[in-house]
Amino acid sequence: MWRRNLLVWKKFAFASVLGNIADPLLYMVALGYGLGALVGEVGGMPYVAFIGTGMVCQSAMFTASFEGMYSAFSRMHVQRTWEGIINAPIALDDVVLAEWAWCATKALMSTTAILLVIVALGFGHTWLALWILPLGFLVGLVFGAFGLVMNALAPGYDFFTYFFTLVITPMLLLSGVYFPVDQMPGWLASAASVLPLKHAIDIARPLMLGRVPDGIVLHVAVLAVYAVGAYYVALVLTRRRLLK
Amino acid sequence: MDAAVERALPGRGRDGRERVLAVSGLVKRYGKQEVVRGLSFDIVRGECFGLLGPNGAGKTTTLRCCLGLVDPDGGTIELVGEPVPKAAREARVRVGVVPQMDNLDPDFTVTENLVVYGRYFGIDRATLDARIPRLLEFAGLSAKARAQIRTLSGGMKRRLTLARALVNDPELLILDEPTTGLDPQARHLIWDGLRQLLAQGKTILLTTHFMDEAERLATRLAVIDHGRMIACDAPRALIAEHVEPEVVEVYGDEVKAWAEAHGRGLAKRLEIAGETAFCYAIDAKPLLADLATRTGVHYLHRPANLEDLFIKLTGRELRD
Repeated sequence: MWRRNLLVWKKFAFASVLGNIADPLLYMVALGYGLGALVGEVGGMPYVAFIGTGMVCQSAMFTASFEGMYSAFSRMHVQRTWEGIINAPIALDDVVLAEWAWCATKALMSTTAILLVIVALGFGHTWLALWILPLGFLVGLVFGAFGLVMNALAPGYDFFTYFFTLVITPMLLLSGVYFPVDQMPGWLASAASVLPLKHAIDIARPLMLGRVPDGIVLHVAVLAVYAVGAYYVALVLTRRRLLK
Repeated sequence: MDAAVERALPGRGRDGRERVLAVSGLVKRYGKQEVVRGLSFDIVRGECFGLLGPNGAGKTTTLRCCLGLVDPDGGTIELVGEPVPKAAREARVRVGVVPQMDNLDPDFTVTENLVVYGRYFGIDRATLDARIPRLLEFAGLSAKARAQIRTLSGGMKRRLTLARALVNDPELLILDEPTTGLDPQARHLIWDGLRQLLAQGKTILLTTHFMDEAERLATRLAVIDHGRMIACDAPRALIAEHVEPEVVEVYGDEVKAWAEAHGRGLAKRLEIAGETAFCYAIDAKPLLADLATRTGVHYLHRPANLEDLFIKLTGRELRD
């Protein structure tokens, strides 16, 4: 299944990579240089690098969520590809696992692409920044699993809008992608600390500056718990949907 | 070997032929509703077994149980010698499936569809490369090897789905309503393909609600309704056993009056459905003689067929 998706991706690779890079890149450059001129340094780095690091995590989140929802839903429900595959000697659990791995793989691809751009702009010249790549994969596992939960519940594509409005947008605004979380009132900042994207960003920013993040074990643990927990829920719900 | 001894061997069915599928006492419940209620049947190597039943009779659920996609609530299933659902994966390696709705992969070409599907079975590239040209030829799609799926007609898609189900050279081919939604030409092509496979000694399990399809292809038929088997035999034998051999369909403005006044006396059994009276008889001559003198009614005289059997066994009321 994973290989099938890779084969399809190869066919549309150019458009896909363009989509993955172009959007965050525009945000990064426009906001980075535009707003950056007003705010100067944030968190010990130029604003472009600050927002760039946020964009890496954000694009991993977006890519994996999209793949887990819209793309997986097309393959599961619209094209009935999953149904064909489980008639072969492959179990539904294998299909879901492969889709999950694929979500994270795509997140890794877009993480790589954006990191390359950041490096080309002259930031993040440190070997520690390479650790952002596995981080992107982990973020992909978290949001890929979230996406697959939604996929298992969705009656149609419109359903996924809920996820964007209720999960992605708050996550985006409260996790410190565009500004440091400590700018917000205390109660809001503590609310933000349950968000997985916040933990991803708390890992990514120090790495970009060439520092090992504080409390890295806790951050990784939170992400891992979200990933595994959501994946388990997705698996149970998908079985309930298709194997009856 | 003595025939009686041979029959007693496990894994053997009637005439000592190898059983490709053995279902015994199958039960499946959804909530409180029993969808399959104690279904038992065997399929032996080389036969085409038809599963016939109205919508909601439990056909598709039975197939899903046999493939190990749904866990039954009771009974045992042995598919190509493997216990299901326990060894469903091992069994599915040697089974081909044509689903009710096409699920070809629209992101790939015709050939790629076969290659990718073959990979799901763990078949290596060299074997696939040798097998695929023959499969395309069988499906009449050699000229379309590089075509995109969306450019194929409905009949071509179905033939490709059939070819795809053969990619692992299966011992049993399972088809769930293989010709639903196809035009007559396309249906005949599918039937020809299936006959070729039977001639090669393949075993087929087929569900359908087309009586002509069942009559043409199936060596043996099981009629199921409300999750139970109500009859199982060769198509002609079933008709002979359950339905009078001759049927006269009478229609026209005065059909109801004619039926009550004359028809019921002349036919062994008479049923009125809408504006048509179905008269069943051992010998239709007296009926025909009477009808020849009437005006205001038309009639069609024909031998009994599977549809008569089906209606007799499952009733005329609408399902679904």
